[in-house]
Amino acid sequence: MDVSNTHLLDEAVVTTTIDAVINWGREASLWPFVFGTACCAIEFMSTAASRYDISRFGAEVLRFSPRHADLLVVAGTISYKQAPILKQIYDQMPEPKWVIAVGACASTGGFYDNYTTLQGIDEIVPVDVYVAGCPPRPEAIIDAILDIQRQLKREKCFEVRNTEFKGKLDDA
Amino acid sequence: MPNTAIVIESSELLQTITHAKNSLGFTLLLDITAIDNLNKTHPSSTRFELVYILRHADFKETLIYKVAVADETVGVQSISSLFSSADWAEREVYDQYGINFINHPMLKRVLNHMQFEGHPLRKDYEITKGQQCTNAQDLMDEMKPLLKKRNLDLNKGDLMVVNLGPSHPASHGTIRTLVALEGETIVAAATEIGYLHRGFEKSCENHNYNQIIPYTDRLNYCSAVMNNIAFAKTVEDMMDITLPERGIYIRIIVGELSRVIDHLVCLAAGLLDMGGQTNYWYLYNPRDNAYDFLSKLTGARLTNSYMRIGGMTHDLYDGWEADLRDVLTKIDFGITESLKMIAHNRIFNDRLQNISVVSAKQAIDYCFTGPNLRASGVAYDLRFAKPYYGYETFDFDMVIGSVGDTYDRMMVRFDEMNESLKIIRQAIKRIPDGEINVNDKRIIMPAKSSVYGGIEGMMNHFMLVIEGVKVPKGEYYGAFEAANGELGFYIVSDGSGTPYKVKVRPPSFYHIAAYPKIIENYQVADAILTLGSLNIIAGEMDR
Repeated sequence: MDVSNTHLLDEAVVTTTIDAVINWGREASLWPFVFGTACCAIEFMSTAASRYDISRFGAEVLRFSPRHADLLVVAGTISYKQAPILKQIYDQMPEPKWVIAVGACASTGGFYDNYTTLQGIDEIVPVDVYVAGCPPRPEAIIDAILDIQRQLKREKCFEVRNTEFKGKLDDA
Repeated sequence: MPNTAIVIESSELLQTITHAKNSLGFTLLLDITAIDNLNKTHPSSTRFELVYILRHADFKETLIYKVAVADETVGVQSISSLFSSADWAEREVYDQYGINFINHPMLKRVLNHMQFEGHPLRKDYEITKGQQCTNAQDLMDEMKPLLKKRNLDLNKGDLMVVNLGPSHPASHGTIRTLVALEGETIVAAATEIGYLHRGFEKSCENHNYNQIIPYTDRLNYCSAVMNNIAFAKTVEDMMDITLPERGIYIRIIVGELSRVIDHLVCLAAGLLDMGGQTNYWYLYNPRDNAYDFLSKLTGARLTNSYMRIGGMTHDLYDGWEADLRDVLTKIDFGITESLKMIAHNRIFNDRLQNISVVSAKQAIDYCFTGPNLRASGVAYDLRFAKPYYGYETFDFDMVIGSVGDTYDRMMVRFDEMNESLKIIRQAIKRIPDGEINVNDKRIIMPAKSSVYGGIEGMMNHFMLVIEGVKVPKGEYYGAFEAANGELGFYIVSDGSGTPYKVKVRPPSFYHIAAYPKIIENYQVADAILTLGSLNIIAGEMDR
């Protein structure tokens, strides 16, 4: 094609970066895997139901296989017994992947400061967004998804993230 | 007031409980727990005591036996041959307190992970001492004897062993069931729980009574207020106080509303599991409307913490009646629309009827309570058997199933919602004006004006916050008809503001214990629906 004749292309071609294009696609097609364990999972049900409707933000394709998902939503308390399972699920997700810690328990252990509760999932997996609340309202969960969307727009799309991260179960 | 325990010798334990079951008619083993007397000011003869809570076949009376354990490593005779429900109950005591049970078929941990060392509910176990878990157990120690009993060999034939869970879309939380399959049919199953064990009972021993209320919210988080009420009522019974009429009515209204929204989420999720997504919208959306009402009333959608010992945080707001009636209409609509789609639906009926049948006898042996027990045709509902809060003055029916299959368990819940709506409507009409809290400065916080305006109110407030509500010394088992069944609290008080011990008698724990047995000989797809129909709530199951 004769590119010297640029006026013909004015309307048909937009120049941009590869990051912007790919991230634009990723932004509106997040596939969440919901690791729902407790009360927060019930609020996630509300988030997915028709009133709050996360499909408005392109994140309604809930996958129950981690291999199909790129957004890990940890909704609920994670006990020490549960930690290896969470780790395995995170490891099974293909890159690129993002993690939301929904609620006080997933973020810090919440008011379960005791012998059985992991004091925040960031001891095991890297977390991108923390959501406060016990449990957070559906609006807060949607806000976290929007946060992920904002974050991923600034990322290099071919880079593997969090290579530096070393969780407590990584040595084992 | 207190239902006193009968102290028996450990040597005559098996004999006494056999007698209680066979001759006295105490056919339900509600719970087994232990008390660690290490920190008691007046120590008893032995460090550990076991507590057995039984219920009579007429469902009115409870019977509590206490056994002193001379040596916990030797322990006492297991009663799992008498009651199926004792199997997991004894495993939990072993896990949490390290007490041995002689002749127990499989005495291993049930809540804590296998790498855990020590026994967390012992008084000398530090509450914050967490222990990392790196591996899951393979559960073959439970599976192999089951296969052997059925003359099946893993290495021969087409037997396949598959994990359902712990992370599974239909497990409604994290529950793991290891199943041996012959084609699509489950021939043996073993269930592992404890993934959501978050130390409720240990936390209770470190908080005062009102601080425990938020923890109770998170037991059965689908009907949080109901757990508040059950706990507050048990403590109030220990203190021998009764709420003013208006307070009781508020408890009935929000309690029954909780029962409805609990059943709504159970049925919505259960039907979603079998592909009935439209039902999910019809049943779940009114739940959101109920949340609106609850958040307007209590400030929170899900975990309300509305109750306090001796009353509740505040009265109903202006205009609550119209809001509530609107919610009830929407729930009515959701139930009607959902039933239109399933009541005469061939797929629904064929997939649920005669699946995982639990006979009345089995249900009692497993110690089912609530809708799951009533589905098996046993007419037991604490609101009828031993009415509290004036339930006997309301016009409503007990819903009973006939077969005890998955279908009955679901339909009983559908009808129970209608009964609860009836109760709420009557209560709205009859609710009197007046006080909502008991009038006692030692229990209820003073008004803010007197806290900021005078030394007496300030001191009163300070003492209640720092020391908490003092509960007279004693031990008490309080039972409450919660959405999932008999929710009991066994509380040991040493007279201070912090309980010495709190044990929850969670309905879901006993339902899940029976689950691997009742799914045998059915298909995997049936097992998913059975789990949905039992309404296992991980929060109260694992605590």
